[in-house]
Amino acid sequence: MAASVILRLQRVIRLSHGDINVVAAGVSSRSGCCWVQSSCRCFSDAADDRRTHFGFETVPEAEKAKRVYKVFENVAQKYDIMNDAMSLGIHRLWKDALLHAMHPLPGARLLDVAGGTGDIAFRFMAYIRSQQERQKHRAARPMQTSPWQDISSSYSTEDEGGPQESRAVVCDINKEMLKVGKQKADSMGISPGLLWVVGDAEELPFDDAQFDIYTIAFGIRNVTHIEQALQEAQRVLKPGGRFMCLEFSKVTNPLLARLYDAYSFQMIPVLGEVIAGDWKSYQYLVESIRKFPDQEEFKHMIEDAGFCCVRYSSFTGGVVALHSGFKL
Amino acid sequence: MCVKQLHSSSSVFTYSCYDGLYPGHIATTPIQKALLAVGSGVAALQNPYRHDMVAVLGETTGHPALINLRDRMRNDPEGYTVLIERPKIRLSTLDLTKLASLPDGSFGREYLRFLEDNRVTPDSRVDVKFVDNEELAYVMQRYREVHDLLHTLLGMPTNMLGEVAVKWFEAAQTGLPMCVLAAMLGPVRLNASRLQTLFTSLGLWALQNGWRARCVLSIFYERRWEQSLADLREELNIEPPPLILSALNKRKI
Repeated sequence: MAASVILRLQRVIRLSHGDINVVAAGVSSRSGCCWVQSSCRCFSDAADDRRTHFGFETVPEAEKAKRVYKVFENVAQKYDIMNDAMSLGIHRLWKDALLHAMHPLPGARLLDVAGGTGDIAFRFMAYIRSQQERQKHRAARPMQTSPWQDISSSYSTEDEGGPQESRAVVCDINKEMLKVGKQKADSMGISPGLLWVVGDAEELPFDDAQFDIYTIAFGIRNVTHIEQALQEAQRVLKPGGRFMCLEFSKVTNPLLARLYDAYSFQMIPVLGEVIAGDWKSYQYLVESIRKFPDQEEFKHMIEDAGFCCVRYSSFTGGVVALHSGFKL
Repeated sequence: MCVKQLHSSSSVFTYSCYDGLYPGHIATTPIQKALLAVGSGVAALQNPYRHDMVAVLGETTGHPALINLRDRMRNDPEGYTVLIERPKIRLSTLDLTKLASLPDGSFGREYLRFLEDNRVTPDSRVDVKFVDNEELAYVMQRYREVHDLLHTLLGMPTNMLGEVAVKWFEAAQTGLPMCVLAAMLGPVRLNASRLQTLFTSLGLWALQNGWRARCVLSIFYERRWEQSLADLREELNIEPPPLILSALNKRKI
């Protein structure tokens, strides 16, 4: 009980940090450094300009969304290559684990927010397809000794409830990322059943109670108002729907944490510069991981948005955590 | 101008004037510089048209050579003026109509002809990012800007053979490891006849002139457009090229 009270207090302090940042930036800009673009706005309306973090930088909230957009616009073409290089391919295992935990069945409707290049949606479609194959096999087994007429009549009834039932909607705020995802889908030939929609996680362009599963993989830490994104998730899910979030989290083991920090800050921006020609975007990405709440705190945020049975599991020593909750 | 990072127990405040010591500067640790040098070297070898990787390789390996260049500039009166006034060659600072009106054989007219024939622009230079000293960063930037002028001074087009010749000159002049590496590996991509040209006449000429010429960064080129090219070459102690290489020979190798 006491532990959760402390956590809630920590959250209250963190929320009020916005005001502290304003004061601190105001002091720094007055003490002689005249070229600070982000702090200059402090001179005008400190009360109105709520500030937030962009990596380790402090920026006005309105600016964060723009800057995040620019980051992903720049990295879109090399996003998948960079993911493989940075995680040495392990990100594929994390995403596979998400799908196994999800265990979607044919007929499920998925909304993948911040889905960008489509990794989760593609895996979803493949999983559904393999489930459908298994169902077909199971249905075909008792038919093996039946006469030919019975078998052929069962074929004609099959096609109605086909892959059209399961639908995956990939929603992302960034058009470049969606473009890359669409190209991938077209080249892999799995376009049917996939919808690509431009939208903001804080204000989704969908009606209430539309989806069975809502996923957001490595996207929620880039959202300016995480609580709003969680509430939107609550809104668009059907009752009984599941919220699943895969995100970088806190490494608990101190030795691993130091190795992870060293790797993140020394290696990843270098990889970003060499492969994608963009140091700053990847510097932002590793910093934004540090600014994201840890497993327990994020679990409380999800509970506050109205989800039940919230659980999390950590992968790779806490590098990544999978949070899951239900709308009841 | 400064970057300060204050770490408190629960959050990090960062306020920066511009990013680092000069606009575009990214502060890097020695480990990062080493990783960048290796990574950019590999990337540049795989794809020599990745100018940004060549640039990064130059910046991360060039510290001693840059110091040497800067000292040579300081010891030359005109070079010292360049270091103080910090001229930059940009399309916005060049008066193209004025250059076009200069007589043939003048440095400015020939430079404009080089830009037109080879379809290049002085604005395509990558900005310096990883040099941790503001003055040395300017020297590096100036070296990149002077590269095109060197093409004009040496009479070399921007095809592979011309670039290799200019790199041999630059390697001999500046000693920048990136230039030396490019000079050694560039010929690998030349066909047999061009290799022969390089090793029999062009290469030797480039090397010899690189060694004996005055420091090419020490010239205030922006004040010398009207000067005749032949005159400027003599002042810099550069012989005219032994061969006329046509820009029409330009094809991707």
